[in-house]
Amino acid sequence: MKTIFDHPQREGIGGLFPELDVPRIGAEGLIDRALLRSQEPRIPDLSEPTVVRHFTALSKLNYGVDDGFYPLGSCTMKHNPKVNETLARLPGLAGLHPLADPDLAQGTLAFLYELSDLLSRIAGMPGISLQPVAGAHGELTGLFLFRGYFEARGETERRRILLPDSAHGTNPASAAVAGFSVSEIQSNDAGMVDLDALDAELDETVAGIMLTVPNTLGIFEERIAEVTDRIHAAGGLCYFDGANLNAFIGRARPGDMGADVFHFNLHKTLSTPHGGGGPGAGPIAVSEPLVEFLPVPSIEQNGEAYALVWDRPNSIGSVHSFYGNVLVAVKAYAYLLQLGDEGLRAVSEDAVLNANYLQERLKKTYPLPYDRLCKHEFVLSGKGLAEGVCTLDIAKRLIDYGFHPPTVYFPLIVREALMIEPTETESRDGLDRFAEAMERIAAEAREAPELLLDAPHQAPVRRLDQTRAARDLVLTYPFDDREGGELA
Amino acid sequence: MRYLPHSSADRRTMLASIGVFLIDDLFADIPEEVAAAFRPLGLPPKSEQEVVAALTDLSARNAAVEKTCFIGGGIYDHYAPSLVDHVLSRSEFYTAYTPYQPEVSQGTLTAMFEFQTLISELTGMDVANGSLYDGATAAAEAVLMADRIRSRGRVAIARTLFANARRVLETYGWASGTEVVELPMLASGRTDLTDVPDDVSAVLLQSPNALGVIEDLAGVKERIGDALLIVSINPISLGVLAPPGDFDADIVVGEGQPLGLSMAYGGPLLGLFATRAEHLRQMPGRVSGRTVDAEGKTGYTMAAQTREQHIRRERATSNICTNSALCALAATVYLATVGAEGLRHVAELNLEKAHYLADRIAEIEGFDLPFSGPFFNEFVIRPSEDATAVQRRLLDAGFLVEAPEGLRSFGVENGLRIAVTERRTRAELDRFADVLGGAR
Repeated sequence: MKTIFDHPQREGIGGLFPELDVPRIGAEGLIDRALLRSQEPRIPDLSEPTVVRHFTALSKLNYGVDDGFYPLGSCTMKHNPKVNETLARLPGLAGLHPLADPDLAQGTLAFLYELSDLLSRIAGMPGISLQPVAGAHGELTGLFLFRGYFEARGETERRRILLPDSAHGTNPASAAVAGFSVSEIQSNDAGMVDLDALDAELDETVAGIMLTVPNTLGIFEERIAEVTDRIHAAGGLCYFDGANLNAFIGRARPGDMGADVFHFNLHKTLSTPHGGGGPGAGPIAVSEPLVEFLPVPSIEQNGEAYALVWDRPNSIGSVHSFYGNVLVAVKAYAYLLQLGDEGLRAVSEDAVLNANYLQERLKKTYPLPYDRLCKHEFVLSGKGLAEGVCTLDIAKRLIDYGFHPPTVYFPLIVREALMIEPTETESRDGLDRFAEAMERIAAEAREAPELLLDAPHQAPVRRLDQTRAARDLVLTYPFDDREGGELA
Repeated sequence: MRYLPHSSADRRTMLASIGVFLIDDLFADIPEEVAAAFRPLGLPPKSEQEVVAALTDLSARNAAVEKTCFIGGGIYDHYAPSLVDHVLSRSEFYTAYTPYQPEVSQGTLTAMFEFQTLISELTGMDVANGSLYDGATAAAEAVLMADRIRSRGRVAIARTLFANARRVLETYGWASGTEVVELPMLASGRTDLTDVPDDVSAVLLQSPNALGVIEDLAGVKERIGDALLIVSINPISLGVLAPPGDFDADIVVGEGQPLGLSMAYGGPLLGLFATRAEHLRQMPGRVSGRTVDAEGKTGYTMAAQTREQHIRRERATSNICTNSALCALAATVYLATVGAEGLRHVAELNLEKAHYLADRIAEIEGFDLPFSGPFFNEFVIRPSEDATAVQRRLLDAGFLVEAPEGLRSFGVENGLRIAVTERRTRAELDRFADVLGGAR
């Protein structure tokens, strides 16, 4: 595949911007020469057709939700409604400068306020900040709130965060960035938090716990209230990772389970697209004791008008340049308006129905280490399918059958994990075809393992050499080697 | 619900195959008291048509977009070639996840590799990451990274950082235990570097700074000992200005919105982050690396992942997972479309037009430009009358200008910050100056 640096260039393209319409002075006349660029950056000058074809060709090497089934566990790759894309491009929304006076931005502030209210009621928690722009950013902000809360109470020795061993990898990383140490809590045989192991950790150095509900095995913590009660009784706070909200939206609220901070992934549960890795949005909901610490500015209603409120003395400060990912928020807002209560309940119902339907069928072919009713996702193991075949091979072979692979090797507590989340927007027929492919791959693993070991066969590239990518880091275009031109 | 494909018959068949009678049976594990506490939103479903109408109405209440924009402060009213949004609208790009499976993500990964190259070229650095959230968090991440490398627990930052970057940096610094000390400002609007503490991990400057003034980066590196030099930039300005790499900067960050992104009321944005090869292992964020496939064909994959949280967990260099990939794609398409020539052209348009307006305003009695340092496309004016009244008059005449309060933290009690991009015509600039003249 060519990069933009490999296409023939031409000079004098122009035509995008008008000619200068004020008297030209010249950069040298305006700025000291020592501050001016002396060498052009190597940015290619290309005609529009060249650029269009380049990026169109690149797009065809990608696989998105619009291309087919994308059962990436914990990522909730549901359909992204098209109307949301149209709405986010409304000039009145997209063209708004963030430093415009709030009285000239009332339309956007109105929907941000309304969305905050809806999110607050979905969570069953009183405070909201829309500032965090990703799930991990929500985690970080939530942990900053923990810091603010304990500092205000003079309990600065509370620096330890408890984490179940099934936690998302960003949880421990966020805890570390926020200045906490991490203590891991083992899961019990049912895949839930082991209450005895929890009790053993509880002391005055514990700031709180980070839970994922349902957990990354797709299992609802049946004794969730006991877990959060014990943390609260020990003086700690409860963080809930909202990556798995699709399992219970419209039926249950984290606030009723004892959450003190809950982050939404608008790019998962509320249908906004992932963009190949962002932009997402990770708003947080918080319990009453944490409201005063929320980031500034907050958006508040003042009679008929909406205002940005900066004067909040106990706030942790800001975590984003402005007010979060507003054009992601508008998509989530439109989605909520379209669904209403009825639609939200239907989302979790079909998400859980689809996951259990697939689990029930696939457990006949693949080991299911935690065999019980699941919520929106479940975790199979690729271990022991056939000699010499591993989960990565199964994943790559799925590509040949036209599917995006599931999340692999996560959670860490299942060996050779295959974490499958079908979401509610997949049809029964689609689920059946995926199940058939998984069954055929299991048969191939025994009868013709090379089909798996050499997979993918039908992708734009064959299996990529990760070791080489890690060993010989090439992170920018090697201009100096261009004459060598080995590029396919 | 139009987004749900199942018929009632499908659901019955599926429940039967699971071995339960009712959907509710699938939720039996939710504790009774939790289920009983649930309250619906009281929100009836709306049709697509109604939702479009409702949001279109709301969008019409943003009076600011009807005005001609002279606000900057890190977010600028630039022209984005049509091609940018056309490419972004391809759902193969926007409906994909983070490229965990490189064989079906070569589009995203190739574009990310191109982005890293373009940002490295633009900033004069060895390597760039695949994006961070925004310019403010990029600055905060740079400070944390520098403190990981030098471990002094202290960093010095220019007073003239954008106020939002300063706020975010203080929050991150507070939580991570990194003390932030401020470098004072000279009368020119530049940073006073005569007394940089010698026990800091890094010195962070912004150029052009929050007052629009271009810092003199020559010789800074020598003056700050072995502290790392972090520079926050405006990417369009680098069409004419020397990149920080020319001055031996260690880390370059910036807000990438000017590269083809809409202003979007401040989000989504694009955090730019570039550094020197020697610091690569400490760099936060995703990177795409070139490799080969089983047949020797060139391909791309996420590289240097040993820094990342799914491998290192609590020892990761940062917690960044989802970033701004699609915004990075927009910047990539923007730069590929304008090319080096177009970038220089657009930078010159900004530079010349901003100076034209500044010169016109300087001629008006009752106005002066308080800072003598050189500027790019943004500058501060100081009226002799109340700046809020001047802002009001400009708004009434159809010109969008930022409220003067934003400048108070820089010691400017009664000033206005004015940004001029390539989108402003001479007629608009003349009229703007005329309104100021009449407003005296």
